[in-house]
Amino acid sequence: MSAPDTGDRPPGAAAGMSSQAGLAAALTPVLTVAASLLGLGLLWGLAANAWPSRAFPGPGMVWQVLLAEAANGELFYHLGATLGRVAAAYVVAMVVGSVIGVLLGSHRSADRFFAPWVVLFLNIPALVVIVLAYIWFGLNEAAAIGAVAVNKIPNVVVTMREGARALDPSYAEMAAVYRFGLLDRARHVLLPQLQPYLAAASRSGIALIWKIVLVVELLGRSNGVGFQIYLYFQLFDVAAILAYTLAFVAVMLVIELFLVQPVERHATRWRRRPA
Amino acid sequence: MQPVGGVVPLRVDIAEKIFRSAQGVSIKALQDLSFEVRQGEFACLLGPSGCGKTTTLRILLGLDKDFSGSFQLPEGGSDRIAAVFQEPVLLPWRTVEQNVRLALPKSLRTKNLDGLFDTLGLAGMRALYPAELSLGLARRAALARAFATEPAVLFLDEPFASLDERTAERLRHLLLTVWSARPTTALMVTHNLREALMLSDRIIVLAQRPAHVLGMFDVRLPRHYRNSQVMSDLLRSFQQKFPGVA
Repeated sequence: MSAPDTGDRPPGAAAGMSSQAGLAAALTPVLTVAASLLGLGLLWGLAANAWPSRAFPGPGMVWQVLLAEAANGELFYHLGATLGRVAAAYVVAMVVGSVIGVLLGSHRSADRFFAPWVVLFLNIPALVVIVLAYIWFGLNEAAAIGAVAVNKIPNVVVTMREGARALDPSYAEMAAVYRFGLLDRARHVLLPQLQPYLAAASRSGIALIWKIVLVVELLGRSNGVGFQIYLYFQLFDVAAILAYTLAFVAVMLVIELFLVQPVERHATRWRRRPA
Repeated sequence: MQPVGGVVPLRVDIAEKIFRSAQGVSIKALQDLSFEVRQGEFACLLGPSGCGKTTTLRILLGLDKDFSGSFQLPEGGSDRIAAVFQEPVLLPWRTVEQNVRLALPKSLRTKNLDGLFDTLGLAGMRALYPAELSLGLARRAALARAFATEPAVLFLDEPFASLDERTAERLRHLLLTVWSARPTTALMVTHNLREALMLSDRIIVLAQRPAHVLGMFDVRLPRHYRNSQVMSDLLRSFQQKFPGVA
């Protein structure tokens, strides 16, 4: 069927075809994700229809609540509050954890001394840190963010310590011979080598942090997604609980797709070898 | 111009260098190693593999400070040192050109490097990442980085090891071309006698571990006279002077 067409196709058409194929190839993963999520939603809808209950609302009802909360501005106010805490705790945990991790990874005696501390902090339950932070420092924003960061720091330390142990000394020696400045060493020698470890710590970090932030908000703040979930728990409003949860998961997904992944693609561009 | 031999730019006087293994075994790598390389001279440290040549170089590069003795690096000019390591050691996440420019002092980062890249046949490769280069090209990039800094002294640690002979030979010629255009005191470590005879003004012959100087072999002939006939003559007279070496 298509054979007679190829004869009168203008020269540019071949390129058009290939770019169409490229577009299709780029869209396929997106469509797969969409179909997968749609399937999950459908299953949820069916289940909610089969067992109708106030404790198990269908996707339609959750969507209604979501729209209502968005319309009156509540949703964005609380999302914003939570997102701000997540961002602050993330930055504090990554910076402090990376510095400690790299120091421990590059000084063996320090590592031997502090390794038990790391294990200790790794195993203190998040709840204990949060409660203690509120008791010692009061029910304030700094205590909340600090408590979340302290929960995350040991994980970052462990990951970055491995990163520092894996540093290739030949790059540092080259930098020493050619007298790289301190800033150049950090930017061109150290950070690119630590990048995979930073990415791993970030990935697991954001997911962990936002869950802990909800607990912090539930226990001692008067805004944020965690506070709202606690409120609707007392009202037994499952639709609202799900609406807030899904809204925040969506926000995290957008961050992953439009912030984390592009940054990672940029950081690892040198790994790709053109055919 | 300083008269050749008028000053002693690179003076090495290492009394002792001992390696201690994790099990507490100590190995004496260098003992009473002393030699000089005159200004603008290309010298080779020749010795059997494992005799401590690279150890010597690491001490001179300031990467190993655990030794007794002293050394004096050439002064004047840029006062900088440059090194070409056994592996190219290019930063894989920076392009060839960025790798070269990063080695330069801040004030010279933007200087024109077209001539150097052209000579080394890297003109079209400046924007490539090291992973996209062959080993031979990566070594050229390492040479470009070393010469771009216009060092007061250049150290080379078997820079052509693990290359096939044809590529190595081409790179030796390239090295001579760049070096002749920007002559600088150079010390190259090698276990390849032919390479040493082809490139150097003077060969410093090292003994087995612990390394010390067995003797010197001066190649006074200009390099462009060193054809295959002359090379085999040089080889013969070297072997007469140092029987059993290489």
